[in-house]
Amino acid sequence: MAHRLEPLGPWLRPAAHLFMAVPLAFLAFAWAELLLWDPHSLRITAEPVAYTHNALGKMALKALLLALAVTPVRRLTGWGRVMTVRRTLGLWAFFYALVHLVAFLWLDLDLRLDELLSETLERPFILAGMLAFLAMLPLALTSTNAAIRRLGARRWRALHRLAYLAAVAGAVHFVLRVKGWQAEPLVYAAILLVLLGVRLPRLIRRRAAAASA
Amino acid sequence: MPIHRRPSWHIPDREATPEHLYISRRSLMAAGGAALAATPLASPAAAGTDVTALSALRSRRTRSLKEALTPLAAVASYNNFYEFGLDKGDPARNAHTLRPSPWTLAIGGMVARPLTLDVDRLIARLPLEERVYRLRCVEGWSMVIPWIGVPLSAVLSEAQPLGSARFVRFTTLADRAQMPGLASPVLDWPYREGLRIDEAMHPLTLLAVGLYGRVLPNQNGAPVRVVVPWKYGFKSAKSIVRIDLVGNQPLTSWVQAAPREYGFYSNVNPNVPHPRWSQARERRIGEIRRRDTQMFNGYGEEVAALYRGMDLTRFF
Repeated sequence: MAHRLEPLGPWLRPAAHLFMAVPLAFLAFAWAELLLWDPHSLRITAEPVAYTHNALGKMALKALLLALAVTPVRRLTGWGRVMTVRRTLGLWAFFYALVHLVAFLWLDLDLRLDELLSETLERPFILAGMLAFLAMLPLALTSTNAAIRRLGARRWRALHRLAYLAAVAGAVHFVLRVKGWQAEPLVYAAILLVLLGVRLPRLIRRRAAAASA
Repeated sequence: MPIHRRPSWHIPDREATPEHLYISRRSLMAAGGAALAATPLASPAAAGTDVTALSALRSRRTRSLKEALTPLAAVASYNNFYEFGLDKGDPARNAHTLRPSPWTLAIGGMVARPLTLDVDRLIARLPLEERVYRLRCVEGWSMVIPWIGVPLSAVLSEAQPLGSARFVRFTTLADRAQMPGLASPVLDWPYREGLRIDEAMHPLTLLAVGLYGRVLPNQNGAPVRVVVPWKYGFKSAKSIVRIDLVGNQPLTSWVQAAPREYGFYSNVNPNVPHPRWSQARERRIGEIRRRDTQMFNGYGEEVAALYRGMDLTRFF
């Protein structure tokens, strides 16, 4: 019997793509405006570079949190098809993180890799961000069906648990970046804690089962 | 024979404010007339954040800078003023609820003559100067702003500080009815800042009441604030209600919130990084590439002597 949510099925991936692409399109438009026809535009504030860093980073984190919400939603609703957007969201998270890193390297560090290295080693918040990016890199590279076959499902699943590390490091990166204890990054961290927390009972049950077996 | 020693930044009257930078008095009055005709009950609150509706101030330019001014639209739309929200755009959006007039500024503590000043009357009687200063935020961005005001020392002297006074504490407005951001516990309100007395009396330290030829927009700290151009922006407290001369170094809001990150001195210093980010470079608003940050924000020649012999890594 088809699940009651099934009519939404065909819309899942297009909706995910649209949701993730709109902020990028907005940024591209705002930069085109600034560089091509209105250098005094305040559409993305008087400090467009900082706005861009912030927007890209937050979109990466949003995509990652949404990807981590997919499995709990499936368990809660029993609707299997929702799993089809997990990879879509994960790839968008990686893409935003990549653009975020390139923008930082280019606009703040003048493309100097030695500065990227020293910033990473000296600044804990940059280190956390780099960790998040590096944790997502192998996941993006092994996101194809062919890669799953090559690795085998068990090893592929183990590797893709790096998504948890990426999310934790990403949330820490945001909390550490702002001045003082601000609410916004803590909201992201709290959502992540909930998403990790709902996995705990199952994890504990499986550990217990494995121990008694 | 009297000797007139002119400071290095002195320029004569004939080089006062170039007219074209400002709305001329005539067009302002025409605009005001039109606004009056269109909306006879225009609320003064709405005018507080809209820079085109602010009243003009007459001043004499005493300090210029060979660097491009940051456009007024940017100066009045990109602000850190947590009493109106944490986003840089929040103050311009929310500060219309601030009522900058009438406003009382009290000067007290260790003074022979405590003062309670009506700020409107103060603005009317002071010999206002226009000074173009760099403003460097601790977050790594900067602006160039034509402030209007008087040296803080001129106003402090009227209160006759006692010899025992060693520091100055600024207390800013904290009124929940006017400032929605006070609901956030990000800092301990009211926002307090402070200076050593020699810093407060330094000729560069400005008590500002306007910018760009008009009174301060609410989001920039109306009606009266301090501007200390060689220190990170948060030292330049906005919307001040009290200035106290005190004997001991005051506990400022940022030192209280994060003493390892925001020191009492907070002089602009490219060689002392913030614990979480570098201070070696900054992004001038309106530019894309970053530029090198200057020691004391470029005011070292005038202020370095204040810190002679001090370890600026320790007293950051």
